Amino acid sequence: MIQQIDYFAIAAPLTLAVVAGLVLLLDAFLPARPRLRTGLGLVTLGGILVSLAFVVAQAGRGGRPPATFCVPEALTGGAGAPGAGAGARLDEVAGAGQVDGGLCSFVADRFTVVFAGLVLVAAVVVVLLSMTELAGGGIPVGEWYFLLLCTLVGAVTLPAARDLIMLVVALELVSLPVFALTALKRYDGRGSEAAVKLFVVSVVSTAVMLFGVSLLYGVGGTVFLSRLGGVLGGGAPAPGLVGGGQELPAVVTVGVVLVLAGFAFKIAAVPFHSWAPDVYQGAPLPVAALLSVISKAAGFAGLILLLVTALAAQVTTWGPVIAVVAALTMTVGNLLAMRQRSAVRLLAWSSVAQSGYILAPIAMASQVTGGTAAQAPAAGSGTADAGLSGSGLVGADLSGSAVASGDLSGAGVVGVDLLGSGAVGASVAYLLIYAAMNLGAFAVVMLMSRTAARNELDDYRGLALRSPAAGLALAFCLICLAGLPPGLAGLFAKVVVFREIVGGGAGWLAVVMAVNTVIGLYYYVVWTARLFAPGPAVVERRPSAATWVAVALAVGVAVAFSIAPQLVFDLSGLTASG
Amino acid sequence: MMGWLPVALLAVPLLGALVLVAVPGPLTRGVRWYGTAVSGVVLALAVVLVAVFDHGQAARTQFAVDRPWIPGLGLRFHLGVDGISLPLIVLTALLTFLCFAYLGWGDGRGLGQLLGARDGDTRPRALVFTLLVLEVGMIGTFLALDLLLFFVFFEIVLIPMYFLIAVWGGKGRRGAAIKFILYTLLGSVVMLLGLLLVWAQTGTLDIVALGQAHGSGMSRTVQIVAFAAVGLGLAVKTPMWPLHTWLPDAHTEAPTVGSVLLAGVLLKMGTYGFARIAIPVLPEGAVAVAPWLGALAVVGIVYGALACLAQRDLKRMIAYSSVGHMGFVLLGFATLTTVGVNGALFANVAHGLITGLLFFVAGAVKDRYGTADMPSLGGGMLATLPRLGSVLTFAAIASLGLPGLAGFWGEMLALLGAFDPGAGLPRGLFLTFMVIGGLGAVLTAAYFLVMLSRVTHGLPGRRALVPAGAGAPGPGLVAVDERPVSPAPEDRPVRGDTAVHEVDAPPDDPALREGAGAGGAAVQDVRDVRGHLPDVPDARDVRGHLPDVRDVRDVRDHLPDVRDIRGHELVAWVPLIVLILLFGLWPGLLLSLTTPAVQALLEGLT
Repeated sequence: MIQQIDYFAIAAPLTLAVVAGLVLLLDAFLPARPRLRTGLGLVTLGGILVSLAFVVAQAGRGGRPPATFCVPEALTGGAGAPGAGAGARLDEVAGAGQVDGGLCSFVADRFTVVFAGLVLVAAVVVVLLSMTELAGGGIPVGEWYFLLLCTLVGAVTLPAARDLIMLVVALELVSLPVFALTALKRYDGRGSEAAVKLFVVSVVSTAVMLFGVSLLYGVGGTVFLSRLGGVLGGGAPAPGLVGGGQELPAVVTVGVVLVLAGFAFKIAAVPFHSWAPDVYQGAPLPVAALLSVISKAAGFAGLILLLVTALAAQVTTWGPVIAVVAALTMTVGNLLAMRQRSAVRLLAWSSVAQSGYILAPIAMASQVTGGTAAQAPAAGSGTADAGLSGSGLVGADLSGSAVASGDLSGAGVVGVDLLGSGAVGASVAYLLIYAAMNLGAFAVVMLMSRTAARNELDDYRGLALRSPAAGLALAFCLICLAGLPPGLAGLFAKVVVFREIVGGGAGWLAVVMAVNTVIGLYYYVVWTARLFAPGPAVVERRPSAATWVAVALAVGVAVAFSIAPQLVFDLSGLTASG
Repeated sequence: MMGWLPVALLAVPLLGALVLVAVPGPLTRGVRWYGTAVSGVVLALAVVLVAVFDHGQAARTQFAVDRPWIPGLGLRFHLGVDGISLPLIVLTALLTFLCFAYLGWGDGRGLGQLLGARDGDTRPRALVFTLLVLEVGMIGTFLALDLLLFFVFFEIVLIPMYFLIAVWGGKGRRGAAIKFILYTLLGSVVMLLGLLLVWAQTGTLDIVALGQAHGSGMSRTVQIVAFAAVGLGLAVKTPMWPLHTWLPDAHTEAPTVGSVLLAGVLLKMGTYGFARIAIPVLPEGAVAVAPWLGALAVVGIVYGALACLAQRDLKRMIAYSSVGHMGFVLLGFATLTTVGVNGALFANVAHGLITGLLFFVAGAVKDRYGTADMPSLGGGMLATLPRLGSVLTFAAIASLGLPGLAGFWGEMLALLGAFDPGAGLPRGLFLTFMVIGGLGAVLTAAYFLVMLSRVTHGLPGRRALVPAGAGAPGPGLVAVDERPVSPAPEDRPVRGDTAVHEVDAPPDDPALREGAGAGGAAVQDVRDVRGHLPDVPDARDVRGHLPDVRDVRDVRDHLPDVRDIRGHELVAWVPLIVLILLFGLWPGLLLSLTTPAVQALLEGLT
């Protein structure tokens, strides 16, 4: 039979892919004039904006979220379970709360839309920074934008992926072009070194993750995340097991840990973090910004999808692991950031630390199902509780409106609205705010890189006096990252995360994070103080307008989030009652 | 109705600060007056608040504003005033206004007037901006009736205070500022954990509702954990021994206005938190932790007093005296009685007034002598600077708790509360606390009297006013300069043109050491001058900054002014002196306001 493709659902990545091809063609056929650089940048920007418009349209459309690449209901069993003689089981599975229309590989639900929006808005900033970077010459323009758009296709596809293969392919699509982007500056030793380091680390992590994925597939006999969650949760028999019905083998644990390790590389979590500073420093600044926000967001999207949808029943395995990794990540990142002299390296380590904060609430998804928080009203229970611990955990709740309307305690909620879980909502909220403030910081660092090639912290002395706009923007972003007023966005982001941790009953993690907040404040505030200290007179070179637009955009979003944090919480589906 | 008043109290300084950023040009000249005017409006609003406040119902929350702000967090913009917060709001508005008046009064060229028009490098606009933002945070903390909103305002003060110390502070300002912000942030993050625990258990952030619930919905264990966390956060800010170590450095290095606001208001935010959140919301936790709180408070009283006895630096001594006074406040809270808590709240306000005045005077001394080191100051201030010496004596005596002045009542009531502590508290233990606290009060008297004997009494000191070194033949200065006891000629202060020359020289110039090295005091002095000026050891700035080392002619012109109390100081100090007398003679004025509120607050305990 012929696949029906819902082109509206895949409009966002499709647009980006088409524009990527277009950019390559334009670069090949148009005469190489200086104007071409700007032209290609604008074409890329236009493509991203059109894609963003599609995402907004998807968000605005009510009703069932668009889904495509579906296996029809009649075929779901056959597609999912290659084992023979599964006829009787198929009915069971299909009857256990399957969404009509069968299993879909690509779903543009609220989770997808929020992540895609985040990626695309961040991409606008990255493209604006690229325009400044490319103006210097030395980097082939067409290839740059082509690779950038390819990465974006992956990053927009990844949160929509609902099967393992799509997930891995999208993740690779995010990673592979970045190696080339890192090394694209010709004759730059640092850049090449960074690219090789990133390549090796990334390929190893992919291999590790693929191994874990194959183990999970071997046990579950399906690539669909929701079906996998059903099998691993005991809601459906595991076709990969001979005889069926007995306990899941230990190999599942191995698979879970390997998958976690693979993602830990992507999000630069300890102990797989050491590539971050070298690569950030070696890569062109826009690529560093891309790695710290877009690539990281994609990694988190994949991690959340896998953990909350497919491995929900394995929380006892991954919950404590994630909690420990989060604690280590924030501690190591913060401690090492304190020693940095280079602005980019400092941001690299700080983004490692911030990864820890984003990870922490995900660990609390385990506390929810663990039952410790069952008596706590604000423990971020809700659908996650109802959905994850229920045996009928099959299929995603595609409506999502049950959560928005506050109908959280309904026992009839079977599926998983990813953002309905307070823990995931907290992570996503933090990620959104982090993206805005980190990109703001990177944009100002980009401004500075024109006057101070080495970009050391001491070069920032007196920035607020020489260039008040840039100085105040950076100061705001840094204070926001530290999580203090007037950077209210950063403050509330931390409050949300703390709330999940405290509600989840992990006091030790809360204390670790509290101490880390203080350590983090040290290096942020020392840098901020430098901005206001009297500095040497530096000959200002006029930075390009594009970078200023980037600064304005990122800082504007951060300020908007500070004044009306509810924007973020609406997006991430957080409610007062958790 | 009248809900606009608390909002206006926050909006006026905030808008004032924003206007300062948005309109750079026209305000540059008049920035001194701008700050005074904005804070004056705030003070006027605070006075209106007092006038309109229904004093018959001081226990009730008045002027309430309750709007949703961030539904996703359950955070409501909930403000209100009652008998506990009203005095602190007025105190904040008053002290901020006095600080601005101190900075901007007169021609702006006086000692310690950082807003002076000539001082390009003291960045007057930034200073006004910082102080206004600080005021928003301080007033907001006392107005907030939502746990998270309280936390937000609690945090707002950190960054402005950091910059106040780090930019306009003394020579060790960097370290002191970092220590201050890291320490207090650690405290407030731990407090946040406690607040979130309360929220996780009860599902509400409304302080009024939580206070009326008297801790229902929370088990005893949870209450104890939450009280410990919230109390720890507040105790850092208060500060309670042994969490006080950030305070002496911050106070010593902060500029005069920074010290005044730090001691006068910021410390109160910690103690206010006990009265507003920790005790009413978590009564069972309060009963369980109170003996510990009392013990640490008493240790703080004695420790503070002993540390004061060992101090050489006047500002540092006053800072340590705050540790002792805050010990009395905490002891008052720990008794969990109406008398004790009332005493704590009274001592809170009294400490704000008295220590504010003390830091103003200490700052004035430091500006005149270039140091606050007591042995270097020598004695005889009452002879050389009679008015300044008198005010210092008055403030010190008020601080040591002389009956008839404001400092007495709070500490007396706190000790009285300890005599008969609340239900469920071990009486014997609190009697011990009372006795030790009483001893601490005696020690307090001791160190203040020792200080007075060293600074204000006795013969005029060996090392006198900095301008005395200028060799000007002013009548008073001659007397100082030609003291018969002067041991050796080279031990005299650096004189005349030499002094100016040396200050002109780059600070690391070896010649400077040589020239000034003759008298150790002089070297000390030059270092002080350098340290006083952030990062700009340029001689012109030094002169602009410290009027007493400008040039000889300048000094001569200003001689009568430089010496004793000047206009801007008088303006800032007189209201404080009046209030200290008023509350000392008529404590009922304040107690009538707090008593009903305290009774309502302690209902959950009985």
